[in-house]
Amino acid sequence: MKKVIVPIGPYHPLLEEPEYFALYCDGELVVDVEWMAGYNHRGIEKISESKHWDQVTFLIERICGICSTSHPIAYCNAVEDLAKVEIPERAKYIRSIVGELERIHSHLLWVGLAGHFLGYNTVFMWAWKYREPILDIMEMVTGNRNHYAMMKVGGVRRDIEDADIPIIRKILEQLKPKLEMLTGAVLDDPVLAARLKGVGVLTAQDIKEYGALGPVARASGVDIDVRRDSPHAAYGLVEWKVITCKEGDVFAKAVVRLLECFESIKIIEQCLDNLKGKKGEISIDVRNIPPGEGIGHYEAPRGECFHYVRSDGTSRPLRHKIRAPSFMNIPTFKASCIGETVADVTIILAGVDPCYCCTERSAVAYDVSTRKKILDGSDLIKLSHEKTGKIRKQFGIKDK
Amino acid sequence: MVLDLKKKALKKSLFVFHLSTGSCNNCDIEILDCLTPRFDIERFGMTLVGSIRHADVLLITGIGNIKNAGRIKKLYHQMPKPGFVVAIGACACTGGIFREGYNMAGPIDRIIPVDVYIPGCPPKPEAMISGIVRLLNRIK
Repeated sequence: MKKVIVPIGPYHPLLEEPEYFALYCDGELVVDVEWMAGYNHRGIEKISESKHWDQVTFLIERICGICSTSHPIAYCNAVEDLAKVEIPERAKYIRSIVGELERIHSHLLWVGLAGHFLGYNTVFMWAWKYREPILDIMEMVTGNRNHYAMMKVGGVRRDIEDADIPIIRKILEQLKPKLEMLTGAVLDDPVLAARLKGVGVLTAQDIKEYGALGPVARASGVDIDVRRDSPHAAYGLVEWKVITCKEGDVFAKAVVRLLECFESIKIIEQCLDNLKGKKGEISIDVRNIPPGEGIGHYEAPRGECFHYVRSDGTSRPLRHKIRAPSFMNIPTFKASCIGETVADVTIILAGVDPCYCCTERSAVAYDVSTRKKILDGSDLIKLSHEKTGKIRKQFGIKDK
Repeated sequence: MVLDLKKKALKKSLFVFHLSTGSCNNCDIEILDCLTPRFDIERFGMTLVGSIRHADVLLITGIGNIKNAGRIKKLYHQMPKPGFVVAIGACACTGGIFREGYNMAGPIDRIIPVDVYIPGCPPKPEAMISGIVRLLNRIK
């Protein structure tokens, strides 16, 4: 039978970011998915090599606007691993607070967008309305609604004042009943259940084969969470639990994300308890970065975010490798979309909460034997010029 | 004469098309935030539209990377005139922190003419609303 290609993007009204999907359809059914990247590529890893260790935090914050504190935490972990320093306890708590606040706002953002994709604009408006108080806390604590610039190699940049703590608590206390209402409204709705249950199922086997991470893995019953498995910041010092579900469909992903918000509130409250009335250093001076390698990871709202840095003892990283969680989650579309109808694919694509800005990369062709770059843009232009030159010679036209 | 009439029609209910050209997603999120209950610019008749052919204003975020540059030009030519181009965020205005990147073709005003610049990383929704209001005042 003839296959039909349904293109989504690159500039599709449904998507805030430019990316391109080709759905190969057989009637209503999707038989194959193709993804093309590069519309958001900014070359951050390369720019990072030209910046000072302290400046890199500001650069990598701008990898992604939604997980804009996950990347700095992972990077700081990597540099601290390289320099073999331990950050002060107060800084650990503050890191966790900012990280968890970000998780709540990111998950609420996803719930809103998912509601929008399904035609439930009320959910979209509610979720985004309840997200605003979190951004208010962020503005109060860090000075900006997004791009917080809180992290720094060796600690954090700003302290959370004692006077701010009751205000943060009050806002969180007010948020809880609203979150419960939203959770109830989303999870008890019969129409949403009919749309989401059994749609885009990923089994635990799929997760292992594709190496999917974060809420996507946890929704399929794979119990992984970097916060617990390799404790950093204050995650080893407070009580919380990892939320998992067994079903693996989009509904399970929504359940995991919504319930994780409550766990995040729990973590923030415990961290605030530990900050209140105490004084202490919030950062230590890390002056010299020794030569060597360091790795750092952090559980971003979308999964494990991984950073690798290599130093030669100078003030700049020699190599900075970033792997964002969406890079591992996006290939699962091959397992979850195929066999579903076109109408369901939208929510399946949105279900893994893909962040294309994090994931963007460009491809360069290398000759395997000589390790020389072949055929990039300028090479093609050179080839074209050479051919013109040859033809000019054939025609007997002399170069000026 | 016709142009004056068209400009008169632009005074109210601006239809906005949003284009991300290699941004960090944050300005895009803040643009969406403008539509949600706290800021709610829909009460001024502004709304996001799905096609550039229906739009009066082109909101551009991001650095405008090499892959996107041609497409930005194409979209600009498809926009019904008179229309306005608004560059949102530090990247779109100046290139921001990505200025020295190898994939940079922008800032946006190097690719297409820009009418309003709204700087900030990301600009707050209030800043965006103020920018649009200034644009409206300029039309008048």
